Amino acid sequence: MKDARIPGVLIVLAASVAMIGCGKKEEPKAAAPAPAPAAAPAPAPKPEMVVKIGHVAPLTGPIAHLGKDNENGARLAVDDANAKKLEIDGKVVKFELLGEDDQADPKTGTVVAQKLVDAKVAGVVGHLNSGTTIPASAIYNQAGLPQISPSATNPKYTQQGFNTTFRVMANDIQQGSVVGSYAVKDMGAKKVAIIDDRTAYGQGLADEVEKAAKAAGANIVAREFTTDKATDFKAILTKIKAKNPDVIFLGGMDAIGGPMLKQIKELGIKAKFTTGDGGCSPELIKLAGAASEGVICTQAGLPVDKLPNGQKFVEDFTKKYGQIQIYSPYSYDAVMVLVDAMKRANSADPVKYLPEVGKTSYDGVTGKVEFDEKGDIKNGAITVFEIKDGKLVTLKSEGGTVAAAAAPAAAPAAAPEAKK
Amino acid sequence: MDTLLQQLINGLTLGAVYALVALGYTMVYGIIGLINFAHGEVVMIGTMVAFTVIVSLAGSGMPPLLILGIGLLVAVVACMVLGWGLERVAYRPLRHAPRLTPLITAIGMSIVLQNVAMIIWGRNYITFPPMIDKQIYEFGGASFTNVQVAIVVLAALVMIGLTYLVQRTRMGMAMRATAQNQHVALLMGVDINRVIAMAFIIGSALGALAGCMVGSYYEIAHYQMGFMLGLKAFTAAVLGGIGNMAGAMAGGLLLGIIEALGAGYIGDLTGNFLGSHYQDIFAFMVLIIVLMFRPSGLFGERTGDRA
Amino acid sequence: MNGPSTKRPYWRQHWLGLLLVVGVLLAVPFVAALGGQAWVRIANFAILYVFLALGLNIVVGYAGLLDLGYVAFYAVGAYCYALLASPHFGIHLPFWVILPCGAALACLFGVLLGAPTLKLRGDYLAIVTLGFGEIIRIFMNNLNAPINITNGAQGITLIDPVRIGDFSFARTSTFFGISISGPQKYYFLLVALAVLVIVVNIRLQNSRIGRAWQAIREDEVAAKACGINTRNIKLLAFAMGASFGGIAGGVFAAMQGFVSPESFSLMESITILAMVVLGGMGHIPGVILGAILLTGLPEALRYGIEPLQQAVFGRMIIDPESLRMLVFGLALVLVMRFRPAGLWPSSLRRRELAEATD
Repeated sequence: MKDARIPGVLIVLAASVAMIGCGKKEEPKAAAPAPAPAAAPAPAPKPEMVVKIGHVAPLTGPIAHLGKDNENGARLAVDDANAKKLEIDGKVVKFELLGEDDQADPKTGTVVAQKLVDAKVAGVVGHLNSGTTIPASAIYNQAGLPQISPSATNPKYTQQGFNTTFRVMANDIQQGSVVGSYAVKDMGAKKVAIIDDRTAYGQGLADEVEKAAKAAGANIVAREFTTDKATDFKAILTKIKAKNPDVIFLGGMDAIGGPMLKQIKELGIKAKFTTGDGGCSPELIKLAGAASEGVICTQAGLPVDKLPNGQKFVEDFTKKYGQIQIYSPYSYDAVMVLVDAMKRANSADPVKYLPEVGKTSYDGVTGKVEFDEKGDIKNGAITVFEIKDGKLVTLKSEGGTVAAAAAPAAAPAAAPEAKK
Repeated sequence: MDTLLQQLINGLTLGAVYALVALGYTMVYGIIGLINFAHGEVVMIGTMVAFTVIVSLAGSGMPPLLILGIGLLVAVVACMVLGWGLERVAYRPLRHAPRLTPLITAIGMSIVLQNVAMIIWGRNYITFPPMIDKQIYEFGGASFTNVQVAIVVLAALVMIGLTYLVQRTRMGMAMRATAQNQHVALLMGVDINRVIAMAFIIGSALGALAGCMVGSYYEIAHYQMGFMLGLKAFTAAVLGGIGNMAGAMAGGLLLGIIEALGAGYIGDLTGNFLGSHYQDIFAFMVLIIVLMFRPSGLFGERTGDRA
Repeated sequence: MNGPSTKRPYWRQHWLGLLLVVGVLLAVPFVAALGGQAWVRIANFAILYVFLALGLNIVVGYAGLLDLGYVAFYAVGAYCYALLASPHFGIHLPFWVILPCGAALACLFGVLLGAPTLKLRGDYLAIVTLGFGEIIRIFMNNLNAPINITNGAQGITLIDPVRIGDFSFARTSTFFGISISGPQKYYFLLVALAVLVIVVNIRLQNSRIGRAWQAIREDEVAAKACGINTRNIKLLAFAMGASFGGIAGGVFAAMQGFVSPESFSLMESITILAMVVLGGMGHIPGVILGAILLTGLPEALRYGIEPLQQAVFGRMIIDPESLRMLVFGLALVLVMRFRPAGLWPSSLRRRELAEATD
């Protein structure tokens, strides 16, 4: 882990050094890792056009690790897009990523949003939290810039009546219903205990799981709460233990899921543990160790190993930046969706290519990306995983257009879709 | 009943950690009346240093307990140096400044330490390597681990040792004298600077110890972990009567138990209106109520008017 | 006591300075806009913090009550605005109704907090106010059930901007050929409010109440002996400080169009306190300076830290983000280390400090 990280950090630094070449001549990637063809300037040099894409996530503060992960995903996408030497309007496009830190603070979120607008970016990928995404979206909307959030799951983000808001991540409603019905129908849970971390994400997801589990006929025996900064969960777990549930669901991130799993074991609770995408990560396995065995969790999108470009993404990303945290595949896709829309519109002008973003039909590393009229991902696939021998193993996928034919057939207990 | 017992055990372990951290606040406060806001960060640095040492020794074939011991020792020494340095750099020059000035430097130091830790140890959560093989014991329907036993025992030992230090040694006497009246102590030949530095050093050592306990108990570390822990411990120190050692210990234990019982029972008592989502404020509510009736905390003496 | 006596009105003595200040204030949003609208927004937040810091200054600087939960009142004001001007309850009141409401509500909370805790001293009061701030935030975060009042952590969206008739603060509009953007309009609103709070601060400072506060700050027992009703006077400080917090919260909600509990964390209280102390407690220009510096510095570093590293090391050694906060923390320490009474303390305090032996 340690060894793997160092080159990653170096590369990030090298890449940022290369990028901050201050608009002057782009140095021919001496340190940059991408095996850039050395013979670039051989043919008659086509005119170059620089297109800036903004990325915002918290890079300092408690969830900085997720923020950096998002940024790395976007950075990889920009590198890949540049390697393709795309032509728009007869010019070779060089994409540039402007990464900003919003500190997960709504106030800072609006300031950096304005900063990106001032910098005349063509589109924005971000922000990470719903709390910063929503106030910033008003600013992007006024400027007419498309904004694609890779990770803000608050349904309200796309319900503001803006034509510039998109997300490549299933919202809470989509994901919660799958987890809830899976716990009841496939795992046979009759008594469900639900914990959430009182963040917009955890609360939203847990509410939806509660609804879905109730609808599927289960009994919610406990609804407990913690915070995203807590490390001690024994008090609420003891309370849950007394209610003797079959399944415990956590709406929260891996950082609390890890210690929670260990404490579940210490208290001798037998219930199965389930969680959403925030906890469905290698990080959870790392943090919980052996206690993560048998955890059921879901991720939005299709399993990466089922998609042709998914594998490559995982390899490239791990090589450059180390382990994927959670949302970097989504931020990668978000950038690619913007690039794709520019290509189809043959313009990097937001006014011209914004309508194309809505018409996106893109095979990304997380599955097929298509937007509904609000900008939410259409028919977003949800994949259920189990942790076996320290690895995330796919159990089944629901929805998703690419594997639509395969997935329901593959799943033996094809649950009636509880989704809307 | 077994649930109640379990909650008490949970609370006791948590409280032991709070108490150790609270002692760090209280020692400094008792002597110079300063809230060392950066103390939580000292605890965090302690955890992180221990983590680094343990990880780098993990492959050496030494017995795990020895590795843990070395990690602990290095962390304690590192934090002592850090505590001493903090006092020298951020607090000593400000001893005669307005009262709120050192508070701001403390906040500044806290931000600095957090970001230094982020640069050194990264943004990710770190798995603190479990060095003790966790054994789970059952007692009357409640379960606890050997780590929990170790934490409580160790905390108790440290508290006894500290009480001895303060009540029975020359250094302790000098500390008490300085706490009562710096000027008179100075006239009596007490080296004030040394005493104050000692308070920071001992407090930081306790913090490092608490950090290692937190690390081995939860097996997780993060560069922001000190903030919440520090806040809770500070609350505990005030609850007991800030500046008072026995108060800090009692306050810590009490706070741990209040949190456990609060999360465990208040929800049922109020028809789930005040459920575990209010866990973090039970402590504050108890604090406010206690202070309304005993404005100097549970054990605090009624001091005169120190504005 | 007050140096040059105040026979002539303040504005007559200092009309040139005032004129200059007015000129600068008018020019700021247009000059800042040259560097991008982001700077206008930064200026807006700076003034919002000036506002907040001056409110807190009444409590901490004048009355000497250490309040670590000031953000609670800010939150109350913001939520008051959000609930009364958003689709959440379907209520859309105009801002001139809500802002006083928010101020009154925050004032009520201030009294509520103050009444039981005012006999506490110094640091005990600090921790209780801190707890109060957290209690408010946690309630905001959780009052979505059983009855959905605050919408919990999801926050409240689509809050109305400040609007006077058809004149909305959220859009760009043109006057006499000069186009004024949304943030610039808020700038003027904020400046107007800030001037109000400054005038109140100045008037208070030299009033009977202000002197009573000062007496309490210096020696409460003596103040009581002099016949000052310390309890009421302290409550008044809390209430006044809280009202300003409430107004600031309302403007914040309108400006952002969104509120959620994460904006009202403990760190926010600490930042505001840092502004007051760093600038020079109890001294209005100092507090203003502190607020502007502490809002501006992290943002300036955001722009400056990359070129700085380039210049010093020739390459990026550390993430700019990590370094930014590091420099911020160091700045806090260094300023206090070398100017213990704050950057711009009042002459009175400076004298006190020089005399102080303990």
